[in-house]
Amino acid sequence: MDMRTPLGRVRGLGSTNDGVKHWWMQRLTGMALIPLTLWFVYSAVQMSEASHAEFTVWVGTQGNPVLLILLIICMFHHGQLGLQVVVEDYIPSESTKMTLLIAIKFAAIVFGTSAVFAVLRLTVGSS
Amino acid sequence: MASQNRPLSPHLQIYKPQITSFLSITHRMTGLFLAFGAVLLASWVISATYGPEAFENAQSLLGSWFGKLILLGLTFSLYFHLANGIRHLGWDFGLGFDLTKVQATGIAVLIFAVVLTVLTWFAGYAIVGGY
Repeated sequence: MDMRTPLGRVRGLGSTNDGVKHWWMQRLTGMALIPLTLWFVYSAVQMSEASHAEFTVWVGTQGNPVLLILLIICMFHHGQLGLQVVVEDYIPSESTKMTLLIAIKFAAIVFGTSAVFAVLRLTVGSS
Repeated sequence: MASQNRPLSPHLQIYKPQITSFLSITHRMTGLFLAFGAVLLASWVISATYGPEAFENAQSLLGSWFGKLILLGLTFSLYFHLANGIRHLGWDFGLGFDLTKVQATGIAVLIFAVVLTVLTWFAGYAIVGGY
């Protein structure tokens, strides 16, 4: 005999198993990305013809490294949340879905961490 | 387990194209493209850690006609996704839900994205000096 309540049985059976947090983090990172991406477009235009030396100076200038790292974190976090929804919506096969979700999450972490580490290498202790 | 052979909804082949559905799928497609842009941005920054030669290679690749085409697409995608994202945030607050407002804000988002894309590239060529 099943002693669990109806609520207990259905909990965790949704598409993401974690809906509210997903929704909320998507809004939070989205809001953060409004100023961050606008700042980045402004900067990228100025860096479009930059040499390596000019780029390195720009990365290390004042708040730029922190803004870059914040941008990278929010961007990959927001991106993988969005890609997750697309996969969940359009991939009916459970095994393909899982494989893609794992690949997306791993790729976001790998690219995001590598990019943050790159910013640190270009700024911390560089001479 | 869900059956795999159930009909899909909405039936795209009989679904009348509307500004609302068009912008909705455009939001997703620009989001997908921007995810690719995120990888591009990361690669750009990472290339600088490999030294001047690697960074100059990345710069000339992005500065080629094909690179510029991608960047132009990313500029539009960003402005569209950003403006439409704000539209979504408005809906989260329960604002702008009636049909006329949904259509008006949708058209405003499109105009915003096109105008800002043109302005950005115009400013880019004016400030940096193009070829």
